[in-house]
Amino acid sequence: MTNNLSAHTGQLSKFILRLDRIRILFWIIGVSFFTLIVPTAFIDLYGSQQERDVMAETMANPAMIAMVGPGDLANYTVGVMTAHQMLLMTAAVVGLMSILLVTRHTRADEEDGRIEMIRSLPAGRLSYLNATLLVISGTNIALALITGFGLYALGIETINLEGSLIYGATLGGTGLFFAGVTAVFAQLTETSRGTIGFSIAFLLMAYIVRGITDVSNQALSWISPLGWVSKTEAYSTNNWWAVLLMVAVSGILFILAGYLNAIRDLGSGFLPAKPGNRYASRFLQSPMGLALRLQRTGMIAWAIGMFVLGVSYGSVLGDLESFLGSNEMIEQMLKPAKGVSLTEQFIPMLMIVITLLATIPPIMAINKLYGEEKKDRIEHILGRAVSRTRLIAGYLIVSVVNAFIMISLAAIGLWSAGTATMEESLGFGTLYSGALAYYPAMLVMISIAVFLIGNLPRLTSFIWFYVFYSFIVLYLGGIFQFLDWVGKLSPFGHVPQYPIEQIEFLPLFILTIIAVILTVLGFIGYNKRDIAGK
Amino acid sequence: MTILKTNNLSKTFGKFTALAGVNLEVEKGEVVGFIGPNGAGKSTAIRVLLGILKATEGDVSIFGMDAWNDAVEIHKRVAYVPGDVNLWPNLTGGEVIDLFVKLRGSTNQTRREELIKKFNLDPTKKCRTYSKGNRQKVALIAAFSSDADLYILDEPTSGLDPLMEIVFQECIMEVKSEGKSVLLSSHILSEVEKLCDRVSIIRQGKIIESGSLNELRHLTRTQILVKTKQPITGLHQLKGLHDIEENEQGLFFQVDTDELDNVIKFISPFGIVKFESSPPTLEELFMSHYEGIKQQIKEWEE
Repeated sequence: MTNNLSAHTGQLSKFILRLDRIRILFWIIGVSFFTLIVPTAFIDLYGSQQERDVMAETMANPAMIAMVGPGDLANYTVGVMTAHQMLLMTAAVVGLMSILLVTRHTRADEEDGRIEMIRSLPAGRLSYLNATLLVISGTNIALALITGFGLYALGIETINLEGSLIYGATLGGTGLFFAGVTAVFAQLTETSRGTIGFSIAFLLMAYIVRGITDVSNQALSWISPLGWVSKTEAYSTNNWWAVLLMVAVSGILFILAGYLNAIRDLGSGFLPAKPGNRYASRFLQSPMGLALRLQRTGMIAWAIGMFVLGVSYGSVLGDLESFLGSNEMIEQMLKPAKGVSLTEQFIPMLMIVITLLATIPPIMAINKLYGEEKKDRIEHILGRAVSRTRLIAGYLIVSVVNAFIMISLAAIGLWSAGTATMEESLGFGTLYSGALAYYPAMLVMISIAVFLIGNLPRLTSFIWFYVFYSFIVLYLGGIFQFLDWVGKLSPFGHVPQYPIEQIEFLPLFILTIIAVILTVLGFIGYNKRDIAGK
Repeated sequence: MTILKTNNLSKTFGKFTALAGVNLEVEKGEVVGFIGPNGAGKSTAIRVLLGILKATEGDVSIFGMDAWNDAVEIHKRVAYVPGDVNLWPNLTGGEVIDLFVKLRGSTNQTRREELIKKFNLDPTKKCRTYSKGNRQKVALIAAFSSDADLYILDEPTSGLDPLMEIVFQECIMEVKSEGKSVLLSSHILSEVEKLCDRVSIIRQGKIIESGSLNELRHLTRTQILVKTKQPITGLHQLKGLHDIEENEQGLFFQVDTDELDNVIKFISPFGIVKFESSPPTLEELFMSHYEGIKQQIKEWEE
């Protein structure tokens, strides 16, 4: 009977390990690298206890607590600081790792018919699931040990052995927990997208619930699995019970997943896949409607992301003066000027980051047109009564509106959180027009993408280098002391840095004209060229 | 009335010549088979017809309009099914059908429902879950539920099971009886034989043979099975005989059609007991054209 369930589990584990060895290695190296580099950087940045106490003060507001969780702010050593600012985020990343790795070998393998092949061999009914869980458990244990001993090996005074081990164990425990969650969802849903979707939604929910309860009533945070992460209090009270709780619940989830797997048919799930729409909505029945529909989920995610980005920058504006005063590196980047407050000086730098990030989704939206072409789906559209101009115009409109929404949401988020935390609130008009001043530059980036799609489709991805270039020269330009013209090679370099500078309309007007010309050239090219197939 | 006509159509990609002077014609109410091996240029030709690729030389007119310049106007009356149907994984089949029909213009709701039933498709499933055959059904339903005047179908049945192939053939017969035209590119020769009035064979970017099936059969051989009272001797000296084979049923061989008379005169003195002849199938027609390729490969190997 046991043989019926578990025959060849060991062999299958080796097989899965063989398939995923590179993937697993990358995850472990990546997570460990970031875990180990941060305390080292903290030592450089916040050498004295006084500087760390200033940092602790900027952390003592509800927005930061909602983001990174509570910490031992009264005793803000490098160890506590690392655990406070890094542990929760890193644990969430490890959770994501488990979700992706477990889905690959549960529902994804099942959906593609690979588990059917394994089951036809003399392998037990639960062998493949157990082998997957065995490999992911091993991965998480390895990660826990490497990060734990690695942190201790840094030889930083306040990063002691027990704290480091609990830090690593928290990461591993969170990984185990989400492996269990994913394994259960893999039994419940019928598709791998469903498994990943539900598991990530669970991760986000855990994060949000923890954020809310951490701010309102920290005892309630025990209901969120990500709340347990802060409860381990590494380098402070070192609470092993929270780690034990993670491991115990993971064990229960593993058993539950196994039980559900044993009682169901291969290929089926407990949540029936709900049938989709029999008819297309009126909205879907045009090339632009299709373009929107295909990108809907991604756009909503980006929109939320941009808003959250704005809010998180806004929430630190209040403490900015004290924080910036203590940080030499940022002072160097800002090149202090007279007559403006440090906060006001900081805003253009935030704007650069925000607008460059907000440029990514509209470029993805316009590049989707070429992506569709490469996937041989454009011929369905052009093979019908749709002109090329109408097709590319549909994507362009989606992209241009997308850019406007993204920059607006980020600005609104920045303003609303900024107003809430600052004593002297920023005018909404000031901030919003400062952000919108970047819109023509964003249009230039979109128009370059249109030009490439129309005339040099194979070079479509070149636009990303240009975005990256803009980021390097404008964000880090202050540190590297680039010459002026290096920044002027990017359209973003021509945007007046409101509120330090006045908004001048001429450069914005010229940027808009350039965008229009490039777009027209792109349209002409698109109407002339062959549509490539595979 | 000529619906579709290409005149010396050529298409090159860089140095590679995909089409070298293709002449193709489809009349009103006619089903034309377009056959050739992989890489012969069938799909390229079809994409030029649709104005997705621009002809390097020559011109293409459909309904008397230019395939490149008047693409949108032409497509209002054309239904197209590609060979590889790639759909959006997160849309349902029903949504895709509606989108396709809507992008052409007209809608025929009853026809849509009827075809979904006939082809036995579940339109509420996401395209990600469809097999190749089901994706093809989506494209076929979208094509046949629109009132087109010309159907351009690129190997539309390569993923369908035999039952669905019959449904497809019924659809073709139906549109043909309504006086509409079809250009059917295919590998399934029995299908072409059943459906098509005329056939054009393309190879290496050139149309190497074109005509009605009857016309083309003159170029080919007839398969003969014969049994005689006395054993036939001296058969090998005759002209136009191929693939001679003998077993307990009798003597099998193929005869070039213009040598048929001589051969029968030669064998009848031996006393015929059994005589069966079968007309050449398209398969054989096809093969005889591709023997050229086999020969070429042999030459390369040597």
